[in-house]
Amino acid sequence: MKLPVRITINGQQYSHEVEPRLLLVHYIREVVGLTGTHVGCDTSQCGACTILLNGLAVKSCTLFAVQADGATITTIEGLARDGELHPIQQGFWEMHGLQCGFCTPGMIMAAYQILERYPNPSEELIRHQLEGNLCRCTGYHNIVKAIQWAAERMAAEKATAGATARK
Amino acid sequence: MATVTQERLFGKAIKRREDPRFLTGRGLYVDDVKLPGTTYAAFVRSPHPHARIRSIDPAPARAVPGVLAVYTGEDLRDVGALPCGWMLPGIKVPRRPVLARGTVRYVGEPVAIVVAESPYAARDGAQALAVQYEPLPAVANPRKAAEPGAPQLFEDVPGNQCFYWTIGDRAATDAAFRTAARVVTQSLVNQRLIPNAIEPRACLASYAPATGDLTLWVTSQNPHVHRLLMAAFILGMPETKLRVIAPDVGGGFGSKIFVYNEEVAVAWAARALGRPVKWTADRRESFVNDAHGRDHVTEAEMAFDRDGRIVGFRVRTHANLGAYLSTFAPLIPSYLYGPLLSGVYRIPAIFCEVWGMFTNTTPVDAYRGAGRPEATYLIERMMDRAAREFGLDPAELRRRNLIPPFTSGQPYQTPVAFAYDSGNYEATLNRALELARYQELRKEQAQAREQGRYLGIGVTTYIEACGPAPSAVAGSLGAGAGLWESGTVRVHPTGAVTVYTGSHSHGQGHETTFAQLVADQLGIPIEQVEIVHGDTAQIPFGMGTYGSRSACVGGTAILKCLDKIKEKGRRIAAHLLEASEQDLVFEDGKWVVRGAPDRAKTWQEVALMAYLAHNLPSGMEPGLEATSFFDPPNFTFPFGAHVALVEVDPETGQVRLLRYVAVDDVGRVINPMIVDGMVHGGIAQGVGQALWEHGVYGDDGQLLTGTLMDYALPKADQLPSYETDRTVTPSPVNPLGIKGAGETGTIAATPTVANAVLDALAPFGVTHIDLPLTPEKIWRAVAASRR
Repeated sequence: MKLPVRITINGQQYSHEVEPRLLLVHYIREVVGLTGTHVGCDTSQCGACTILLNGLAVKSCTLFAVQADGATITTIEGLARDGELHPIQQGFWEMHGLQCGFCTPGMIMAAYQILERYPNPSEELIRHQLEGNLCRCTGYHNIVKAIQWAAERMAAEKATAGATARK
Repeated sequence: MATVTQERLFGKAIKRREDPRFLTGRGLYVDDVKLPGTTYAAFVRSPHPHARIRSIDPAPARAVPGVLAVYTGEDLRDVGALPCGWMLPGIKVPRRPVLARGTVRYVGEPVAIVVAESPYAARDGAQALAVQYEPLPAVANPRKAAEPGAPQLFEDVPGNQCFYWTIGDRAATDAAFRTAARVVTQSLVNQRLIPNAIEPRACLASYAPATGDLTLWVTSQNPHVHRLLMAAFILGMPETKLRVIAPDVGGGFGSKIFVYNEEVAVAWAARALGRPVKWTADRRESFVNDAHGRDHVTEAEMAFDRDGRIVGFRVRTHANLGAYLSTFAPLIPSYLYGPLLSGVYRIPAIFCEVWGMFTNTTPVDAYRGAGRPEATYLIERMMDRAAREFGLDPAELRRRNLIPPFTSGQPYQTPVAFAYDSGNYEATLNRALELARYQELRKEQAQAREQGRYLGIGVTTYIEACGPAPSAVAGSLGAGAGLWESGTVRVHPTGAVTVYTGSHSHGQGHETTFAQLVADQLGIPIEQVEIVHGDTAQIPFGMGTYGSRSACVGGTAILKCLDKIKEKGRRIAAHLLEASEQDLVFEDGKWVVRGAPDRAKTWQEVALMAYLAHNLPSGMEPGLEATSFFDPPNFTFPFGAHVALVEVDPETGQVRLLRYVAVDDVGRVINPMIVDGMVHGGIAQGVGQALWEHGVYGDDGQLLTGTLMDYALPKADQLPSYETDRTVTPSPVNPLGIKGAGETGTIAATPTVANAVLDALAPFGVTHIDLPLTPEKIWRAVAASRR
């Protein structure tokens, strides 16, 4: 038995017939072919598969594709605009927030939601909010710094945009 | 060999060139590779730690829709066993089949491979396969495996003893103990760890029947080692017909060095089916079949004179090897362990005995540090036990025993084989104590205790041995591999350069650091340098990345290529300038006639002429390319001193790591940002061993920590930001002066944090708790002290 799904990913609409048991992460990786979203575990611990589903950071290994029918999804491939890295991506680059790169897409998508909720986060808050994402390479030190860098950059961009709007 | 001269990029924290692809989700890991017609494999694994296989019925699996084939050990009977690449005297090497035949010896041992049109169908098939087992008694603990009457894994390995190995001078050590003023004794466990790189292992094999070419994409730290072992020892095919590609690899920490059952079975199945076959481990499979690390049970005695100077060290270790020998398993608890037992201390006499034991557990091999963390934890735990007993400050006891500085190229000979390359140990200790504000911390600790708060301070030193070498010595000690590294530098007609390295990057950033090295040496922009690694069809035979060897051994191989290329370039330039070669200097990417700055040939002009070949010195071959192999004369020996501050809540047993200070000396540094990053990650893994991580087997041989819900990897909210600094003592072993930095944090952090926790518990009279120092164990120790 297969069921139809219509899912918008990174602004593009996809329609497929899928097995009801197909995990959303496998739909994204194998059916749509966006392999930036990774699978690191099978118990929702590692967070490598984190995406934005209707604006919320979720672990795509813990949902079936059919549960995302009608949803709007952003994956790591959808974050950069017109070839320009998102400030969070820039922050990870500037502050060396990645080594092997495997946890990075999930970390960045988790960071996206952290900064949306807490534009000016403390180190303690970032660390607490990252509790659902595992990294084995960096010891988290530079991931925290990367998110702080992005927070500052995004605040500055917002201030500039505000000043321009007031003119 | 020339030393590094121009330095515009060497030593600079430039951003990594590999990052844009990772940041945008465009990395290419094995599981991302797609080939037309790909089929998918799932493995059937033993649920028993020890059992006879009564029967396997593949029919129900074959009947599952989408299943293409089921293969068992009987089908693979002509395939060679997984080989062991390090022999010790008297070692027993039982056959390790790719798929079990007759008997299974650990939970997770592969029994059959099911291949299907989709990954889900393959799993359905694996679930349907009917295997009848007859369970046998099992043993998981290495000490228990040595007891009379213990279950036996192999008929021809009596007492489950794989090897008995010693190092040092037994008589001299016994004599030292007889005259010692004080002796400190401790039994301790260095617990089993499970590596858990975040990318699970994966492989994809594709066979072309028309040519007989087999291509294997595999999560490997050393693709040539994979190719050699698989072609020559397992599959029995010409090396030239097997191409191994290790593309982007998501962390290794040792676990991706080894040749595993799955990649062999997948390659074999691809050949049998004539279609590509892919397998990607799920995390539960990583837990049961990625080689584990550590797992020592040790009794140690350290003898001191009246002034607290060490006079002798005696060590007896039972090392758990698991159910079979993994690729380099015998090396880890022998030559990477015993020779480290002198640490950074003057110890006149050491004797170490190791029993390598088979048990019904997943095979154990190198995991980040590999033997060196075990030795360091042991020494540093003994030092803290001694300091407590003698009423001495732990930093002071260490200082009294340090080897004095030796930086002039004259090595320091230990009593356990190693000759350290260069060292200034007191400098790192002083800097670490200064950075930590050690004396103030001790005052804070005393004040806190008055308020009923339990702060603990851990101070440790360590030595590490990187870039194992030289090959001839390794060979005489049982190595089945050379320990050199290769490089090829190919200059293109425009002067752009492609570098082919036998080293492999799985997070280390070689595409950046090696390019920094090359751009500096040739005086060309870094954009003109491309680094290629991880493909046996492109790179010369190389040994890959482990043991913190890439910069010091692999980097030097590249440097040697550049020396050859610059030598040929100089001859071409001299010819074109009609000048004497001796009169030319190479600077800023130009050969310039000394004293006549306007008479010069640029790197690009010389590269172009090498390929135009219109005007070359008489008899010179066209082209500009060189290959080199660097076989270092010795290991390199990084060192350092780390300090940790913890607070322990005796009512709950909770530990909070408040500060972590690391001062390392890794020799010269190509990119400090990258080195700091590796130190950070190493510290987190070391803290993980101290406080949380433990691969636990029940006495019956079942793995009780088989998922990330049971095996506690360090998380962001459990760790502080680290405070790091460096001293620089160049290594004389290679012309770059590099020592190596990949494992230092892991080696130092475990004893540093463990000692800090036990320091916090000193008021309760607690002298030792085995790792990991979980709240339950701490609470129990405190509760026992109050009874």
